[in-house]
Amino acid sequence: MITCTRNEWMTVTAARQLRNDSVCFVGIGLPSAACNLARLTHAPDIVLIYESGTVGTRPNVLPLSIGDGELAETATCVVSLPEVFSYYLQAGRVDIGFLGAAQIDRFGNLNSTVIGPYENPAVRLPGAGGAPEIALHAREIFVMLRANPRSFVERLDFCTSAGYLSGHGERARLGMAGGGPRRVITDFGLLEPDTESQELRLVALFDGVGVEEARAAVGWPLAVANSLRKIPPPSEPELAALRALHERTEAAHARPIHVPS
Amino acid sequence: MAELGFTLSDAISRYVHDGASIALEGFTHLIPFAAGHEIIRQRIRDLHLIRMTPDIVYDQMIGMGCARKLTFSWGGNPGVGSLHRLRDAVEHAWPRPVEINEHSHAGMAAAFTAGASRLPFGVLRGYLGTDLPAHNPNVRRIACPFTGQSVTAVPAINPDVTILHAQRADRAGNVSITGILGAAREAAFAAKTVLVTVEELVDALPPALNAIVIPHWIVAAVVPCLGGAYPSYAHGYYERDNAFYQAWDSISRDRERFIHWMEEHVLGTADHRQFLASLQTSAPA
Repeated sequence: MITCTRNEWMTVTAARQLRNDSVCFVGIGLPSAACNLARLTHAPDIVLIYESGTVGTRPNVLPLSIGDGELAETATCVVSLPEVFSYYLQAGRVDIGFLGAAQIDRFGNLNSTVIGPYENPAVRLPGAGGAPEIALHAREIFVMLRANPRSFVERLDFCTSAGYLSGHGERARLGMAGGGPRRVITDFGLLEPDTESQELRLVALFDGVGVEEARAAVGWPLAVANSLRKIPPPSEPELAALRALHERTEAAHARPIHVPS
Repeated sequence: MAELGFTLSDAISRYVHDGASIALEGFTHLIPFAAGHEIIRQRIRDLHLIRMTPDIVYDQMIGMGCARKLTFSWGGNPGVGSLHRLRDAVEHAWPRPVEINEHSHAGMAAAFTAGASRLPFGVLRGYLGTDLPAHNPNVRRIACPFTGQSVTAVPAINPDVTILHAQRADRAGNVSITGILGAAREAAFAAKTVLVTVEELVDALPPALNAIVIPHWIVAAVVPCLGGAYPSYAHGYYERDNAFYQAWDSISRDRERFIHWMEEHVLGTADHRQFLASLQTSAPA
């Protein structure tokens, strides 16, 4: 049995959700690692789009920011930011939006804005960026974040990006174009929305992880599917590709920069 | 024709005044750090700062007390975490309270595009189902006059001054940008006055028919400034200093350490050349 961290298992699980023919709008951080791992393993033709306007990008190392030069150099084309949001995302030309967040609730609504009241926050988080419109327009949303009762919460402090709102079809009634969060990939397994209520429920666990661990990590009474799938650990090639990607990335980010003066 | 004879110090004191609304644009790429530092050196105050991603440049300006208001759409240190000076201003009003006008990227892109077109507002399908409209009266729903469809409107953004950094300009002041653009072109056309710093002035720009050129009569002044986007980057000239962005997290976390760093490297240097030299002689972290 290969030993790996939960982070690695989560990233590999997320990568496996992506198909070779997907057009994917990529959030920075965990989603970026998963999307590029998919590209480097089973999905070499996947089209990755970053909100910096880099379309069809194939970075050799993970970008630290959403707009590193590496993304532009390896892109099919670089378009302006109004163009990527209007002609690509808003026009419905993106299959999958891949997001992270600080908080998620049982209907897949996301918070990346504040902890505490908006006008007087305990913690001011970075804010919306591209997320509200990615969550609105992409045909499907995949969400990736580590689970604990402070991140998987009964009630969001702020709704930055809409999932299924209060569920039971509210999202569709509001006229939201995209399909909403179809999968939540976390560090014990997978959640998917119930077809009727749209409440997220546990559908798959990492092999060897029990339902109790999942329930303890989630801040609401977690619904569980009748039959739970087991998620196999990373294969040797998956893990080798992920670790090599991270090693290349760390070396590149530490490299001294020569500035002309 | 754009003015080419100014130093950066001259250009900032001529065009950027207390109380102005200013946009230093450039999406991760080509962030006009040298201009931001010069604004800090000249102790210009009560600015309305506009930028999609405030980044380290606005973290520094906010921490040094230059800003009364911030219009933005994502306020983190990309890939690293928080902008601690922005957080301190919002959470603790230090060194002064800063009014927040918060959007999404798509909303700000629409607002800059409307501003560049001299329309009163931009339209998008956006913000639906989110809490942002409840906290920002600048995000409203309107009905399409033709179909009745509900869409979102945001007021146009027309900065008093937009400042960009670019790779090149020619001697007439035509500006060329290669690589990630963000909403730089829209921010420039939206502004009343445009100031551009460039890596180099050239006799003739490369003959690329779709290269992004901000033409000379849109630009008030072009100032050559080598390394003017550092620690962000200028594609083809130098890379983004990701190690500095990571180091900024600890430099900026503590008020005294931040002030000390700014005094040593920004207030204590006369211009951007000296700023860059000061980083060569002391480790950034």
